[in-house]
Amino acid sequence: MLHIDLADHARHGSSRVHRLDPRVKVIATLLFILTASLLPSGAWLSFVFLFLATLVVASQTGLGITYALRRSFVALPFALAAITLPFTVPGPAIAQFGPLTLSADGTIRFLSLLIKSWLSVQIALMMTATTAFADLLWALRELRVPRPLISIVSFMYRYMFVLADESLRLTRARASRSAAGAGRTGGGLIWRGKVAGGLVGNLALRAFERSERVYNAMLARGFQGELKTLTPPALTDTDRNTLVGWVTFLAMVGLMGFIF
Amino acid sequence: MHHTIEVHDLRFKYPDGHEALMGVSLHIEPGEKVALVGPNGAGKSTLMLHLNGILPSENGNVKVCGLPVHKDTLGKVRAAVGLVFQDPDDQLFSPTVFEDVAFGPLHMGVAETEVRQRVDAALAAVGMSAYLQRVSHHLSVGEKKRIAIATVLSMNPEILVLDEPSAGLDPRARRGLINLLRDLPQTMLVSTHDLRLVEEVFPRTVIMDQGRVAADGPTEHILSDAALLTAHGLEI
Amino acid sequence: MPFDHRSAPVESQLSDKEIVMRHFIDLYLHIPDGFLSTPIALVGWVIMVVLVAAALRQTRGQLGDKQVPLMGVLAAFIFAAQAINFPVAGGTSGHLLGGTLAAIILGPWAAVLIMTSVVAVQAFIFQDGGLLALGFNVVNMGILTAFTGHLTYQLLKRLLGEGRISVLIAGAVGAWLSVMVGAVATAIELALSGASPLGVALPAMAGVHILIGLGEALITVGALAFIYATRRDLLNIGEAAPGKAGAGWVAVGLGIALAAAVFSPLASGDPDGLNRVAADLGFDGRALDPVYEIFSGYSIPFITEGNVSKIVAVGVGTFVVFGIAFFAARLQKRASA
Repeated sequence: MLHIDLADHARHGSSRVHRLDPRVKVIATLLFILTASLLPSGAWLSFVFLFLATLVVASQTGLGITYALRRSFVALPFALAAITLPFTVPGPAIAQFGPLTLSADGTIRFLSLLIKSWLSVQIALMMTATTAFADLLWALRELRVPRPLISIVSFMYRYMFVLADESLRLTRARASRSAAGAGRTGGGLIWRGKVAGGLVGNLALRAFERSERVYNAMLARGFQGELKTLTPPALTDTDRNTLVGWVTFLAMVGLMGFIF
Repeated sequence: MHHTIEVHDLRFKYPDGHEALMGVSLHIEPGEKVALVGPNGAGKSTLMLHLNGILPSENGNVKVCGLPVHKDTLGKVRAAVGLVFQDPDDQLFSPTVFEDVAFGPLHMGVAETEVRQRVDAALAAVGMSAYLQRVSHHLSVGEKKRIAIATVLSMNPEILVLDEPSAGLDPRARRGLINLLRDLPQTMLVSTHDLRLVEEVFPRTVIMDQGRVAADGPTEHILSDAALLTAHGLEI
Repeated sequence: MPFDHRSAPVESQLSDKEIVMRHFIDLYLHIPDGFLSTPIALVGWVIMVVLVAAALRQTRGQLGDKQVPLMGVLAAFIFAAQAINFPVAGGTSGHLLGGTLAAIILGPWAAVLIMTSVVAVQAFIFQDGGLLALGFNVVNMGILTAFTGHLTYQLLKRLLGEGRISVLIAGAVGAWLSVMVGAVATAIELALSGASPLGVALPAMAGVHILIGLGEALITVGALAFIYATRRDLLNIGEAAPGKAGAGWVAVGLGIALAAAVFSPLASGDPDGLNRVAADLGFDGRALDPVYEIFSGYSIPFITEGNVSKIVAVGVGTFVVFGIAFFAARLQKRASA
């Protein structure tokens, strides 16, 4: 069946957030992340307000207030990329570890960076969880992302599960023929790489042939080069009001960050 | 002269040189339900791809509903002939079932209000109304096959052409499909290996082998001729 | 009357552990939000938008109305293929990024679209990489890899002649280089954003990706060998891709510019010109508009301040050169069309 890694991350529900127009959700998410990004380092009060906002949104999704919190630490390993900041940014020192000096400015920068990243991930998680992918696609299309690109992504989404299943079958077949004693991996590195590559090549050909058949199926149903779509529903007052409220909130949080 | 299929001495060679059709002639009357049987490689799928112009034919060799199939008539032809492919995953390429069933009428230029009605009607006809908002990749083969049929039904075709509709179905799904095919009013040409399905649903059978029509007649006669069946790799 | 298609019914439930596992595999080149400064992130978006628009035009001409199903399904292939791995050493595994392979099969512009789709879906659905950071993530993993791989492949093939070995070597080198270029670019972007000093980020990213690039090369070669043996004709689609000349110029320009950015700190001497540019652009550490507060006080003890300004200036210069190369390529193509 379905390869576990590729399951649809949207969670069904009829909460307020679920019912929000997906266009509003996309814009709101992007603006939140932009606001967080624009805030200067050390804007602690603003960070707190942004965090409260994520909690409020989380409470409105019907998925439990810790839904995004629990999953938000996925980007944590990347924090290692910034780990040198406390030691390399000059400024008054707060601690000394042998030759390494921990500076206040560096630490503030580092922590601010982590917090911004953490907050951004949460809001993005909640957008994904409350929006069916098909809806996300038409929302992006309405927000002026070029139609052919949207269509390519749409096909990609549809067929990545199909191809992932085919890939799973191929790798299982490989595994069944790869007897190895405990702790031993047989075959050289290069050989293993080429076997994996062979699977990839096999998958590529299947993908090609699949795309030919899909194209024929599209032709059979009247496709003549331009993909047509139905008109999406109009924005409701709730949608508009929510967006206005959200933008106002973000603007205030942003200003707050530069004043305090 | 409505919903007929007229194929006259159709020949076709693939770009790699393989001669798939070597003079196929076939005439199907409105309302007929015809089974197309034969061994793999006989040219059944190739023939089907000519019926809606996906594979090109010489002018006049293929006519559907009185229209010769060529470049200028493709739009009308494809609206009249609903071709359902063997692998439903090829047929269901949209994000949701709704969009897949809406694809046909939408690209035919049908107005949006009517598109919605047609989608509902098509899904009801195959018994899949509850699946409107579902996502294709989580459906079973049987469910996908029925929805694949709905994706062409929404175009209001006069002729249905199906390639191996019962392949891969468990007995229950197969029974559901048999009932469905029996109930649908369209003229039908169905390619299949499932001879019991042929017995139940299709009064006329055409045997194809090596790019030619080897036999064409009432199903009871054909299926009771054991020698004929064996000669063409078939078994009841 | 508009239709309403919201909230499809629930499908499967993914455990938290499964989600974390998945993300851990794809960590290295997917920059999350927060690590790129706003101006840098926005520059990345601009570059992505411009090049993706160009790619859409190019592939429409190249593939006609098969454009969407072909690239869509191949994007699905890349996505699925990225999950195929093989054990390397000590519990780690090598796997495919795919930009070079896609570029060899379908040409660089189609590869750009395919990889953009993959990276975008990873960001939106799996939070692999941020949304503000999506611009540069696409540039690093989708655009730079495609063009580096493509150009290297074409160049080496011309040098080594026709035949299977030539294809495999060219593909291997192209794949490895593409990963290195992506890694170096990521390091530069992080440095320009003040998230990590170049002196740390560059060796770290480059060092780690020497091995990852090797994995990419191996899988790419394996895939090419398979395709060469079964359907060699498919490898020719990429060769006939129009706009190849344009792609070459773009890649050359970008390569030179990036190389300059990377090696400039090592150059001795302090050309006044570059410092002047840095000062004019306000990147020399003077206090700026609060919005750009991140740049004030930006200096790295390991590298002198003069060199930092140079790095920043050359980094910006990279993208200017890149832009020039791109437009030159377009003009050239138009002239020869």
